[in-house]
Amino acid sequence: MTRPPPLSRRAFTRFTLAASAAMLAGTDRARAAAPSGEPIRIGILHSLSGTLAISEATLKDVMLMLVDIQNRKGGLLGRPIEAVVVDPASNWPLFAEKARQLLSVDKVASVFGCWTSVSRKSVLPVFEELNGILFYPVQYEGQECSRNVFYTGAAPNQQAIPAVDYLMSEDGGGAKRFALIGTDYVYPRTTNQILQAYLKSKGVADADIMINYTPFGQSDWQTIVSQVKAFGSAGKKTAVISTINGDANVPFYKELGAQGITATDIPVMAFSVGEEELAGMDAKPLVGQLAAWNYFESIDTPANKSFIADWHKFTKNPKRTTNDPMEAHYIGFNLWVQAVEKAGTTDHDKVIAAMVGLRQPNLTGGIAQVLPNHHITKPVYIGEIQEDGQFNVVWQTPHEVPGQAWSPYVPETAHLTGDWTAPVNCGNYDTQKKACLGSHHA
Amino acid sequence: MRKALLALAFCTALACQPAYAQEAPALPPAAPSVAAPVQTPADAYTDMASTHFDAIIRGVERLGRSGEARALAALQALEAHKLLAGNDTVYIRTDTGLVDARTGQNAPADLTGLHPVRLNNRVRQTLASARAELLLAQGTQAERRDALAQIQAHPDAAMLPVLDKALADPSNKSLAGSLNAARAAILLSPGAQPVALSEQLAAVAAIKAQGGLAAKSLLSRAATLVPLAPQTREAAGKAVASIDFRLKLWGYGQDLFYGVSLSSVLLLSAMGLAITFGVMGVINMAHGELMMVGAYTTFMVERLVAAYIPALAPFSLILALPVAFVVSGGLGILIERSVIRFLYGRPLETLLASWGVSLILQQAIRSVFGPTNVAVTTPGWLGGSFALGGLEITTVRLAIFLFAIAVMAALTLVLKRTPLGLHMRAVTQNRRMAALMGIRTARVDALTFGLGSGIAGLAGVAVSQIDNVSPNLGQGYIIDSFLVVVFGGVGNLWGSLAAALALGIGGKGLEPLIGAVSGKILLLVLVILFIQRHPRGMFPMRGRGIES
Repeated sequence: MTRPPPLSRRAFTRFTLAASAAMLAGTDRARAAAPSGEPIRIGILHSLSGTLAISEATLKDVMLMLVDIQNRKGGLLGRPIEAVVVDPASNWPLFAEKARQLLSVDKVASVFGCWTSVSRKSVLPVFEELNGILFYPVQYEGQECSRNVFYTGAAPNQQAIPAVDYLMSEDGGGAKRFALIGTDYVYPRTTNQILQAYLKSKGVADADIMINYTPFGQSDWQTIVSQVKAFGSAGKKTAVISTINGDANVPFYKELGAQGITATDIPVMAFSVGEEELAGMDAKPLVGQLAAWNYFESIDTPANKSFIADWHKFTKNPKRTTNDPMEAHYIGFNLWVQAVEKAGTTDHDKVIAAMVGLRQPNLTGGIAQVLPNHHITKPVYIGEIQEDGQFNVVWQTPHEVPGQAWSPYVPETAHLTGDWTAPVNCGNYDTQKKACLGSHHA
Repeated sequence: MRKALLALAFCTALACQPAYAQEAPALPPAAPSVAAPVQTPADAYTDMASTHFDAIIRGVERLGRSGEARALAALQALEAHKLLAGNDTVYIRTDTGLVDARTGQNAPADLTGLHPVRLNNRVRQTLASARAELLLAQGTQAERRDALAQIQAHPDAAMLPVLDKALADPSNKSLAGSLNAARAAILLSPGAQPVALSEQLAAVAAIKAQGGLAAKSLLSRAATLVPLAPQTREAAGKAVASIDFRLKLWGYGQDLFYGVSLSSVLLLSAMGLAITFGVMGVINMAHGELMMVGAYTTFMVERLVAAYIPALAPFSLILALPVAFVVSGGLGILIERSVIRFLYGRPLETLLASWGVSLILQQAIRSVFGPTNVAVTTPGWLGGSFALGGLEITTVRLAIFLFAIAVMAALTLVLKRTPLGLHMRAVTQNRRMAALMGIRTARVDALTFGLGSGIAGLAGVAVSQIDNVSPNLGQGYIIDSFLVVVFGGVGNLWGSLAAALALGIGGKGLEPLIGAVSGKILLLVLVILFIQRHPRGMFPMRGRGIES
């Protein structure tokens, strides 16, 4: 699907050859003897209790599976990988505390974790101070580019912007009016700020944009849904863009169904509803509602099939669903393994330097490549909810979309780029002033 | 050769589009040459066998026009995902095998490589219109009426001749009103041939008379449609303003309904606490978890009914009520006997211990059912909404409102008219005196706590219909429940009712004005100020026993 420039393709071929040779060597050794020596430790920083456990417990499991698979393949650099699991209990300060413990007590080679931008922002100073490596697997609002973080989830231009493009296209209904509904915290607010600027750049008037925020765990959506209904009766095709987080989605969709709003009248495009969330919903009234992700369980590729089979085997549950952040961890973990093999060491600086440019096939086709701004390339899919709670892909980008750290639609960040390779080496390089602004996040 | 060239041109045009305008590849991957050339005179069924949405939509439209008896079956199969495509035609999957949609003959069973015809919202929209077109000609009276409602909701200029034909049909006499309304909607839509001014104005008047959001939407669009006469546009604009005014008035009533509906949820969740905390004085932090247990009981009952007596499936919710009452009530008695009774008179310890119980219950449910939500279905008779004047009443909310009233009435009866209620009141008012009169206070304590817990279970059944059923369910209700009980006055059921109404209607009244977040904050500040001045709530309980 992708057409990388010839040079990088050649480099890629060279690299794959080297990597497969290394892998062969690895399996040989595995056959001769199990990986031995001092284990390489990695940290898993996902909540196993509290409100985020609903999403994060699964990510801990998938990391354990990936470690298990890698160890069966002979470990890493001939050494076994050992996962250190900690429970930040959905508590922001505890995320930072546990991150510090992982880096300074357990001396882990890298950390895979966090969920929601609040948790990431709270661990960021710790990772920068102790020079750790964090793989963040969830879609986020962008406007951040730290040297110590690899963002394997989608940036806004890899999820939100293509989703809006789809809604405005003929297949998406040609929406002219947009209700941006979200939970009141940093991800929806920043995403909506970007979307608002983007919609205006597409000629959507202020009066045709409605923005509404609700508290976490909102359960009574009657007023808001009826407001959306009224907003949708101005004679223009109206769509809802939902950045509602986690638990509040179920009562929201139930209210949509109760008030008789169907996907053909007012489609709802969600950025935080995946297979896992749908597992707890009666999906019948939701058929046709949309979600934008970079991975869907229903996408039929050999790699995805074998991943799902591994997952069912590992969890001993043939009904466990897979979802987008799980694929992000799959990509992130394999990229890190490649980087360590390339650097020949787990030294943080050397691994960070080795990461940029590495390529890892996605589960759904195409290649994830690590960009100089520590984001990756991702395909974007729009899926429709089916009665069985799975998604049917109705649209996808023709090529992988490279992740943008800084949004070009927000005036303050339009001229910023992130580039952690020489000679720039800066997370927020101002291309107008030709200067590094120092801080790595907005 | 020509076909290939056309396909090539099509693909090139597709690739040249600046944005990401490309359809997802079909499953299984389609050969690019399937990109239906526009001029091929293939029939509707061949169109629908395509993997491209454009061709499928064209096929659906053609089926609608065709008026064939078999077309309806094909469309219904498409909607139900039972239409399979392959070999340039489509098959309907039935219980016994495959039927060729074009001929209605049984298809050979060994067909392989078929894939379901793809659906998206645009196809669904076209499908609904095409089906309406077919039903208008073939359907029963009721089906025709629904078809007209559909045509009016999504007016399409191409439908005009169909309507004119239907109007001429004497069997449609009773539908004349709906037919004319649908016709008026089409006349005011983009793409319609301009008609005489008087007819345009009549159309505006007809739509205006209908009122409501759909009419407003239609007229707002008409007010900006250039092909319409300027007078028509002006009339449409005025009609929008008048509908808006009426909608606004109804809107206040609607907010009131939302407020009462939120109040009934608050009241339901607080009533159990009004017993355990209000009457017994136990700060029961596990109250929310008892609701959660009620919700999970609903889930279990639904599963069991679906597995063993599927005929009763639509009524499993009603069956769940007594079960949830018994399960949560029994659990409550267990908690009282094993933990709470050792801590009477020590509110802080009770608080901590019951909080511990709540964590244990949460984690137990998480271990058994997993951390993710479980799906509790809303039975058909509870789904949807109906119009009451300009109000839109969602059935499930109305049911919860009635249920809350019923539980409140039953509870009042129990407290005032039964020996248990008498004992309960006696024990709360003066425990020692009651004991001296021969009342077994320990037994009354356990039963009272059980009653409060059982009511929490009932509340759990109700909220399973509107909220998500997860281990965290209880946490969302515990604070509001305490707020209601404290605000209303501890120990007073009617106080809880008043507080629930005040908080619910106040909250829903503020939400449209200042937003959900600020509304909630403002309401909390007001309650705090009120409690500062009246620490015993709105309706404090009086009496000698209470003071001590």
